[in-house]
Amino acid sequence: MSISRTRYDAVNRIFCDAIKDEAVKIPIIIDNRMVQIEQGTFIIEAAKKADIVIPTLCYHEAIKPYGACRLCMVEVVQNRQRRLVTSCNFPVEPGMEIFTDTPGVRKIRKTIVELLLARCPGVSLLQTMARQMGIDRPRLKKRNDKECILCGLCVRFCEESVGVGAIGLSNRGTDREVATPFKVASDVCIGCGSCTYICPTGCIEMLPDEKTPCLRSMKMEGHSCPSCSNNYQCDSCATDQEFLVEMRRVVSEFRNLAEKAPS
Amino acid sequence: MDCDRIDSILESYGYDHSAIISIMQDVQGIENYIPEEALRYISEKMELNLARIFDIATFYKAFSLEPRGRHTIKLCCGTACHLGGAAQNLDQLKRTLRIEEGGTTEDRLFSLETVNCLGTCALAPVVVVEEDYYDSVKPGSLGKILSTYSSDSED
Amino acid sequence: MERITSIADLEDLRNSIFAKRDPAMISIRLCNTGCRARKSVKVFESLEQEIREQGLERKVAVKRTGCQGFCEMGPVMVVEPENIFYCRVKPKDVAEIVAETVQAGNVVERLLWKDPDSGEPVVHERDIPYYKKQQKNISNSTGRIDPTEIEEYIAVGGYSALSKVLSTMQPAEVVDTVVASGLRGRGGGGFPTGLKWRLCAAAPGDVKYIIANGDEGDPGAFMDRSLMEGDPHSIIEGMIIGAYAIGAGQGFIYVREEYPIAIEHLSIAIRQAEECGLLGNNILGTGLNFSININKGAGAFVCGEETALMISIEGRSGTPRSRPPYPAIEGLFGKPSVLNNVESFGNITQILLNGADWYAGIGTVGSKGTKIFSLVGKVNNTGLVEVEMGTTLREIIFDIGGGIRNNRNFKAVQTGGPSGGCIPISKIDMPVDYDSLREAGAIMGSGGMIVMDETSCMVDVARYFLNFLLFESCGKCVPCREGMQQMHEILTNICEGRGEESDFDLLTELANFMTTSSLCGLGGTAGNPALSTIRYFRHEYEDHIHEKKCRAGVCKNLFTYAIDEELCNGCTLCAVKCPEEAVSGIKKEPHTIDTEKCIKCGICFSSCKQKAVVAV
Ligand SMILES: Cc1cc2nc3c(=O)[nH]c(=O)nc-3n(C[C@H](O)[C@H](O)[C@H](O)COP(=O)(O)O)c2cc1C
Ligand code: SF4
Ligand code: SF4
Ligand code: FES
Ligand code: FES
Repeated sequence: MSISRTRYDAVNRIFCDAIKDEAVKIPIIIDNRMVQIEQGTFIIEAAKKADIVIPTLCYHEAIKPYGACRLCMVEVVQNRQRRLVTSCNFPVEPGMEIFTDTPGVRKIRKTIVELLLARCPGVSLLQTMARQMGIDRPRLKKRNDKECILCGLCVRFCEESVGVGAIGLSNRGTDREVATPFKVASDVCIGCGSCTYICPTGCIEMLPDEKTPCLRSMKMEGHSCPSCSNNYQCDSCATDQEFLVEMRRVVSEFRNLAEKAPS
Repeated sequence: MDCDRIDSILESYGYDHSAIISIMQDVQGIENYIPEEALRYISEKMELNLARIFDIATFYKAFSLEPRGRHTIKLCCGTACHLGGAAQNLDQLKRTLRIEEGGTTEDRLFSLETVNCLGTCALAPVVVVEEDYYDSVKPGSLGKILSTYSSDSED
Repeated sequence: MERITSIADLEDLRNSIFAKRDPAMISIRLCNTGCRARKSVKVFESLEQEIREQGLERKVAVKRTGCQGFCEMGPVMVVEPENIFYCRVKPKDVAEIVAETVQAGNVVERLLWKDPDSGEPVVHERDIPYYKKQQKNISNSTGRIDPTEIEEYIAVGGYSALSKVLSTMQPAEVVDTVVASGLRGRGGGGFPTGLKWRLCAAAPGDVKYIIANGDEGDPGAFMDRSLMEGDPHSIIEGMIIGAYAIGAGQGFIYVREEYPIAIEHLSIAIRQAEECGLLGNNILGTGLNFSININKGAGAFVCGEETALMISIEGRSGTPRSRPPYPAIEGLFGKPSVLNNVESFGNITQILLNGADWYAGIGTVGSKGTKIFSLVGKVNNTGLVEVEMGTTLREIIFDIGGGIRNNRNFKAVQTGGPSGGCIPISKIDMPVDYDSLREAGAIMGSGGMIVMDETSCMVDVARYFLNFLLFESCGKCVPCREGMQQMHEILTNICEGRGEESDFDLLTELANFMTTSSLCGLGGTAGNPALSTIRYFRHEYEDHIHEKKCRAGVCKNLFTYAIDEELCNGCTLCAVKCPEEAVSGIKKEPHTIDTEKCIKCGICFSSCKQKAVVAV
């Protein structure tokens, strides 16, 4: 798809002017608004600067982007070419114009939610999203009755933020699932509960285990994220900040304990 | 589980984390499958996260966590073989051996696997038992193929 | 083998290999790779034994070569210098070949290839239409040399492209030559190889990698296999040239484990190249350092995708990642990396040997050079064919391939593997190049060409590919994992007689959705087989949906087997073979099938010599 010459020239002019003003940061246009942002930051962060909400399922600012749910897709126009990219892991470049709410984008998001709902019909988060997007009657056949949407947040959080890696992904394709090794209780889990907190569908349950001496829980009762009042914008959420602080406390407490009493 | 052999395999790759797939292939070579203890042992010796090893072991279809039968039957389901009637051959094998794909017969004589193209498409449909290739296989000829392997089991 | 320490040494070695050769020596070339599946090893053993027993060791040399291309006729054997071509050779034929051809100089007529139309035998390999109409540039040495002997490769001019590059060209010139040649990647995407190299050469960093993709996951394609098995040094040479061009010190070849002979031959070739000083430190005394590792795949199609392949080499499960960053900038172990298909590397060697102009003179405007295709399915001459880009489908399938088997009719040819599409008879005169194929709703892919006749059901073909991809998807991203599941279910419903008219729209919508939103090319192209079959064979879908009929006799719920009374001679073969005792009849009288009992295993259908069993 190419865009008209006049539009291209107009956009280019704005950029040239803007670059003169700002040396370090680059200007980009997002939903017809200009933001100054460092080159290489991901589109989603640029959008946030412009107060634009992009729905996500597998993104959390505390860990590396993953690009799996594809819900955050936006349209990018660059070098007169229009294309769809995932905003959570696509870096901004000079001369980029971004549209976060085009008919094409909306259609993709809708299909993704429909597909996930067919996989996990009982998940309230997906039901809410579907309602917001105006999906009333399911077109797709119910395929499964799972709860996990395979966003990988739990696995990546456990590995990257907690630094443990007690749970992982296993199998592939339609059998891909989140599991502890050999599907038995993990011997490295410190019981911090990060996975249960971070899971957007609430499908991880922690079972208190007498035999795991270091099991400790975060004091996070009462914050149930699967029903979010903040449109799942974790990074602008007080609960989330609280959680990160609490998670780090638990992890360091665990580390201290482990250092003091080597097994 | 043969710890010494696993140790020497680990040694030969210098405990290099990036070589984990090759290591697991070599370990599988010992018993034609990888027992759970072996994976746990590798994880411990290499100081490599068990979740990552378990992911690899279940993601790649070459790895088997269950013991396999004495003879592995590989039935090609590649495009050329599919058009040549591989699906009917597969049905026939499943019926006669009373196992599903990936399964092993009760007497541990045969394991049945499907593969995606053995690169001998000109001879489709192809079935490989152990290292022996059978070309232009028809449902009716499978019985004869199997019998050559079931009879040598008595010795 | 002695170490070669300079370019002059390499030429000396080449000359000395020639000097040692006895021009009067008869050489028998026997395929020892692909034809192993037809017991060519036994033929080889008998041949060696016979030659020993007759005391002919000094007169005849047996050469174990890679695939000679005409796999349909395997095991194939060529007696040189007369170029006599024998096919379907069995161990028991060996004594006669030695006595007649080697000793008496006669031709054993019954082993010759015969023209199916005229029944006329053809003596020489070069006169057989299958070979005559090909243009073998890349696969020329495959099938002519013993791939386990580096001298054989050197004797046919091997490593002279490398010595030319190292002695006369700067790395940037090499890149420019590849750009000018117009070579596009042979692994599927068709990305210009030169541009990829230029990007990587310019990327900052001291450590760079070059990787050959020998994963060849497309079912029904085996040209990469034949190159790796039959001419491994040409790939290695291409990689060394690439390493010099982009500044890589380490290379990897990723080979699927289903190809044990390829792994074996590549390992031997690497070891020999190391011993000769063609790999390792200070290559040919020029100061270039480069070595190659082999990585074995472990049974995952998606690992052919470039990011997944690199992640797999890093020792993780091969799930693709988003680009950018592009591998040329940030690839394997986070370093700038070039990944090319093994056939692309084979082309590189030729381009640098013969020049960009030579190469750009072959092929069409947008697709240069020759391409190897694996011609399989319901065609008479199956095997590997190498033709100039732009050759028409008709030439490939009918002139080279000899038309459709069993006098049936051509229905479609599927190109590009699971990402490709089916091309109908109306496009049979289309030139085969990247752009025409894409326009027709298929893709070049890696070069699989699967011919289908009226016994192939196109709905089943679409379902087959989706089923394949569903099993091979990594399962990371939603569109591919969930979208394909839905599409597969819809197609299964159609094949089992539960299809509805609205399925067309949903299939098309889902296919297009996956194209735009999937993370990698697997999901991104997964809709193609369905889209192209709907485009050209909509009537077959309609038959399945409305009439509940599969006229090809493939979808089990939608046809029954019956016996044609006219054709049945009552031989009782089917009745004896039927596992369910569904066939009954008196000897020498027409038989009948009890459709209630029949499980449609197809045994009667395939065993009836009268072709009296029909699908209705
Ligand atoms: C799902 C998938 C599977 C692929 N499989 C292969 C393969 O088996 N062999 C190959 O050479 N390229 C394969 N490719 C293409 C590679 O990603 C890559 O583009 C190619 O190897 C680059 O080499 P080239 O430029 O020489 O073609 C695959 C791509 C995808 C998306
Ligand atoms: S368990 Fe929850 S957090 Fe983990 S992958 Fe599934 S949905 Fe995501
Ligand atoms: S498109 Fe398929 S194979 Fe590719 S990343 Fe997504 S799920 Fe994995
Ligand atoms: S949030 Fe970007 S792909 Fe999931
Ligand atoms: S499709 Fe069966 S060997 Fe290639």
